[in-house]
Amino acid sequence: MANLIVRRLLQLIPLLLGISFIVFISLHLAPGDPASMIGGPTATKEDLASIREDLGLNDSLFTQYLRYIGGVLQGDLGYSYQTQQSVTEAIMIRFPNTFNLSVASIIVATVIGVGAGIISAIKQNTSLDVLSTVGALAGISIPNFWLGSMLILLFAVYWQWFPVAGITSPPWTMQGIKELALPAITLGTGSAALIARMTRSAVLEVIRQDYIRTARAKGVREKNVILLHCMRNAMIPVITVIGLNFGFLLGGTIITEQVFAINGVGRLLIQAIAARDYTMVQGAVLLIATLFVLVNLLVDILYALVDPRIRYE
Amino acid sequence: MQDQNSVLEVEGLGVRFRTEEGDVPAVQGASFSVQRGEVLCIVGESGCGKSITSLSVMGLLPDSAKAEGSIRFDGNDLLAMSQEEIRQIRGNEVSMIFQEPMTSLNPVFTVGFQVMEPLVIHRKLSKREAYEEAVRLLEQVGIPDPRKRMEQYPHELSGGMRQRVMIAIALSCQPKLLIADEPTTALDVTIQAQILDLILKLKEETGMGVVLITHDMGVVAETADRVVVMYAGKVVEEADAETLFQDPKHPYTKGLLRSMPSVDDETYALEPIPGKLPKPGEMPQGCPFHPRCDDAMDRCRVESPRVFTVGPGHTSRCWLGEEEKQNHAGKSVG
Ligand SMILES: Nc1ncnc2c1ncn2[C@@H]1O[C@H](COP(=O)(O)OP(=O)(O)O)[C@@H](O)[C@H]1O
Ligand SMILES: [Mg+2]
Repeated sequence: MANLIVRRLLQLIPLLLGISFIVFISLHLAPGDPASMIGGPTATKEDLASIREDLGLNDSLFTQYLRYIGGVLQGDLGYSYQTQQSVTEAIMIRFPNTFNLSVASIIVATVIGVGAGIISAIKQNTSLDVLSTVGALAGISIPNFWLGSMLILLFAVYWQWFPVAGITSPPWTMQGIKELALPAITLGTGSAALIARMTRSAVLEVIRQDYIRTARAKGVREKNVILLHCMRNAMIPVITVIGLNFGFLLGGTIITEQVFAINGVGRLLIQAIAARDYTMVQGAVLLIATLFVLVNLLVDILYALVDPRIRYE
Repeated sequence: MQDQNSVLEVEGLGVRFRTEEGDVPAVQGASFSVQRGEVLCIVGESGCGKSITSLSVMGLLPDSAKAEGSIRFDGNDLLAMSQEEIRQIRGNEVSMIFQEPMTSLNPVFTVGFQVMEPLVIHRKLSKREAYEEAVRLLEQVGIPDPRKRMEQYPHELSGGMRQRVMIAIALSCQPKLLIADEPTTALDVTIQAQILDLILKLKEETGMGVVLITHDMGVVAETADRVVVMYAGKVVEEADAETLFQDPKHPYTKGLLRSMPSVDDETYALEPIPGKLPKPGEMPQGCPFHPRCDDAMDRCRVESPRVFTVGPGHTSRCWLGEEEKQNHAGKSVG
């Protein structure tokens, strides 16, 4: 197991180098001049030239990239073109909000998705199953920004059960949970629907296996037949979907943070893109990509823990 | 029929499946009983209703199936029991092993967990007691190095070993009745003989009744005390093993015996029964066997035969039985 983790961490290096290179290149090839953004509308030609010189924009792309990577390896993501703030610092301030939001969302998605999936599988073709199918379809189709706005209107503005926007308290306090609830539901709904569909088909596949009949023949209680004998097997494909969705959720935080005015990395990214703040965009994308890869690693480890037939040696 | 010595008495068992083409009977009017310490073989071609019969006893029929008649185990009617009552009997007083050892064990749990499970559920043993008892059971079914096996997963064991594990699980609560549904069909010939010997040995040691289901007359010859022959969902002949092999009455039984390979004679020509088993929804009129029967008479094509007693403890569902001189009063079932 330790072997697997080390190997996957090593694989991470070329992957992240590749990602950072692509982000770096594509942003530099895009039209728009960071020097004129920094200098502002009043800057003269000479001002712009000196800003370019300062930023090293006159060096070859490759040199610029090497310089950037050299910094990244020391935990230095550079300085914002726009605010001169340290990118590492700007991200680290906002990262906890994004992290809490995505973890809360995946918890919501997993609990609702797995629960609904099991129920609709064991009540196959009943009205409960149909209800869950329709619900899942709606969950997948509804755009996040619309769902978020509706939840705010109903539960924050009309009934005032939850705050309208922002995160100010830590997630282990009641206030923090209330602040996270609506964004987490908004962000988690689509994933809940996908997880529910996958759970349903996985359970239906497993439940007709011979070993489930064996469990019943042993006199195992029906509850344990489903939750233990069936789910331990059905979880294997479901874990993949949960892992993938966690990756998508990270991307989804961009819109959700915007709707709920949460000061997170997603919001930072949108602002940075609008301002052509290259270094900031690179930092934020690199962080999200790293998380995505780490989640995949976690999924592989969970796999090996759940399915004894998988051994990475 | 109220025999003190019988563990299982099946009377007029019928099983119907609800399908899109309407209700389809899979088993009709099946009656037989199993004594303590006896091996009853149920034999017949694939699809004749053997598995459905045994699953009825376990209360494990699919939701689309409905059973009628009575299945008395130890005097109580299993068909009348609640799900919870029958669950407490399953794996405890009645156990079952299945045809496919490769897929019958749960791939994500250790062998140890799976053997310990019924011990904890039914015998209420502690984890530690259950562990030691499971090791003893694995030893009893001839698994070498049982403590190591306890920690292994099913995919690390051969088919024969897995079937031994299944037997250990089935025997864990000292059942009064063991149902083995084609337990050796998926195994190599040499392993087959070992597993059958093991079941017979354990039967001797525990005195349990055994229902052994097979389509192989060779297996019947080696194991059976009594034999029930099934065809198209009906019991067509029942006799003790010796009588059945010496003096079979039903043409289907005779056909099965002719299709049995001979161990002594390598050149012996197999004679499979011509034709195919009719599907449950497409039963011919009259005797379901008549299209394949050499002895079919006009009557067989229109009138389904009753069960005739053709000898002591020997019945046959065939019109030929009516002519048997030692005719006891024929009784009609189904
Ligand atoms: N779930 C089901 N739905 C409909 N028919 C079934 C079902 N399971 C079994 N049957 C039918 O019941 C009959 C008996 O099957 P089975 O008891 O499995 O035969 P076998 O003697 O080979 O064990 C078969 O004809 C089969 O088509
Ligand atoms: Mg069968």
